[in-house]
Amino acid sequence: MAIILRLAWRNIWRHPRRSGLTIAAIAFAAALLVFMITLQFGSYDMIIDNNLKVLTGHFQVQHLGYLEKPKMRSTITDAQKMAEELRKINGIVDIATRANAFALLASEKRTYGVQVLGVEIMHEAKLSTIPGRIQSGRFLSDDTAQEIIIGDALARNLKVQVGDDLTLLGSGYDGSIAAAVLPIVGIFNTGMPEIDRGLIEIPLTSFQEIFSLEESAHLLVGMAKNLDHLETVLTQVRAKIPDSSLVVLDWNHLNPGLFQLIQADMINSWFMYSCLILIVTFSILNTFLMAVLERTREFGVMLALGTKPLSIGQLIMLETLLLTLLGLGIGLVIGGSVTLYFYVYGFSYPGMEEIGAQFGLIDVITPQLSLFAFMLGPTIIFFFTMIVGLYPALRIRKLKPVDAMKSV
Amino acid sequence: MNMKQFPVICRHLGKSYQQGKITIPALVDINLEIHKGDFVCFSGPSGSGKTTLLNLIGGLDTPSSGEISLDAQRLDKMNKSALANLRLHKIGFVFQAYNLIPVLSAQENVEFVMQLQGLNSARRAIKARAILKEVGLEGLEKRRPGDLSGGQQQRVAVARAIVSAPSLILADEPTANLDSHTAETLMQLLHTMNEEHGITFLFSTHDKLVMDYSKRLIKLRDGRIQSDETQ
Repeated sequence: MAIILRLAWRNIWRHPRRSGLTIAAIAFAAALLVFMITLQFGSYDMIIDNNLKVLTGHFQVQHLGYLEKPKMRSTITDAQKMAEELRKINGIVDIATRANAFALLASEKRTYGVQVLGVEIMHEAKLSTIPGRIQSGRFLSDDTAQEIIIGDALARNLKVQVGDDLTLLGSGYDGSIAAAVLPIVGIFNTGMPEIDRGLIEIPLTSFQEIFSLEESAHLLVGMAKNLDHLETVLTQVRAKIPDSSLVVLDWNHLNPGLFQLIQADMINSWFMYSCLILIVTFSILNTFLMAVLERTREFGVMLALGTKPLSIGQLIMLETLLLTLLGLGIGLVIGGSVTLYFYVYGFSYPGMEEIGAQFGLIDVITPQLSLFAFMLGPTIIFFFTMIVGLYPALRIRKLKPVDAMKSV
Repeated sequence: MNMKQFPVICRHLGKSYQQGKITIPALVDINLEIHKGDFVCFSGPSGSGKTTLLNLIGGLDTPSSGEISLDAQRLDKMNKSALANLRLHKIGFVFQAYNLIPVLSAQENVEFVMQLQGLNSARRAIKARAILKEVGLEGLEKRRPGDLSGGQQQRVAVARAIVSAPSLILADEPTANLDSHTAETLMQLLHTMNEEHGITFLFSTHDKLVMDYSKRLIKLRDGRIQSDETQ
């Protein structure tokens, strides 16, 4: 081992308590950041998953401009055939075909404007949580059945229950009047008020008949096996869609509010993390400065013996590096262990289980086990401590051997 | 006259310090030639300028006026990096307070300078052990300065100073912290080094013992050379 490395290592342990405390501060910050960031990213994954699984999906194929103006005539021709083709792509859980319209829904007593979704029974269950959120009655039975499910808030507003008939009145694809009387077979609760009071679902084939859509639909909704690999899946989806009038949109475009919510939360969290990192950084700067100032005389001797200021600066940086790596190493082990524990058993807080059960959401957060989430915090700490280490290292350049050796 | 016969030449050398608006002269018009293999002692009362002169000769400080050269190289013209290089290869230092690196062992302290010079570890270790044996510290190579007596520490400092065979060794009050017996032993050692290896020694001291050992005694007072006698 080179003397310079030995020197750096032994210098660290000149004051074991001081170095130990500094290492502990770095380790604590690193461990906390590893756990907090992996948990935060895990919670984002959970939020995204919970939200997108209700209705949006990870991506959708739709007519160009449909997102901004959902017109009845902006359809996908032979949508089910296209869906069948897309299901062959590796990395896709499933694709469901949906038709969408706005109509008036009337009970005996009241009438409300609603969004009508025509859904493929078989595929919808794999993509949407609504089939599993039926509170009374059942989900739609088959694609040709003339039946309807509605949200619980809407049922309350219309003063109806399972078994009652509702009259649907809208405008068909060809401009004709779309009208049907459909029995309620199920009432759902997603936990999202806007869906529960404004959405109804009917089988796709029934929708196509009522709204004169023939074989067309408005949306192909897809779910990827892994959200992290969504972009790869989308590239393949786009390659399979020759029609330039169709677009493939990811969840980010479909649900910008969700992305903004995550961004806002991230900014809040990073403000807190930055404070933690700054506190640790200043405590490290204090340690390093103390270590350098108390050794001024020694540095003077080293300069007198012919050591270049740059070499002494390198020695200080090496000490900073060793101290930081020790702290980060310990922090990574502790933070990693805690993260792994919660990855296996899940992280929960009081009340979370009840909320999860009520709305059909996952009741524990699983930290995200990715190299990025794991290393982000420690990398930032490393970056800051090395910058802080530069200050005392650069001070050496100003030292004059004679003056330094006079230092006590 | 061959310049190489004179490791150190000072011409009209001056050094002054600024204290506020007052200029304090520390050395005034010093003219001096130190011969190869000399064993020279600068003596004088505190504030006479002997340590300042030693620092200038050692390239630790820069003169305010005049010229100073070592082995025909002008120190007053050199930048910090060149001076560091010169100190590394041509000058050995022995300080009053030993000034060993506390976290390194005796052998590592001796090896330190050789590492800076770029010697490989095997050669460093062989040379360091040999020189420590020569100064009477065989068996104590692994001890750190804190585990050595003052005399032993000063011997390590001497070993560190001479290990790379410099042209010149500067010793600033080397016996100041030693008892008389240890000081005597140390001076005998340095005298032997001078006699056997022809190393040039320059001392600054108040110690009569060191003055008695010197071959040439230069007395300083108020920054000027008062006398220069060969003994």
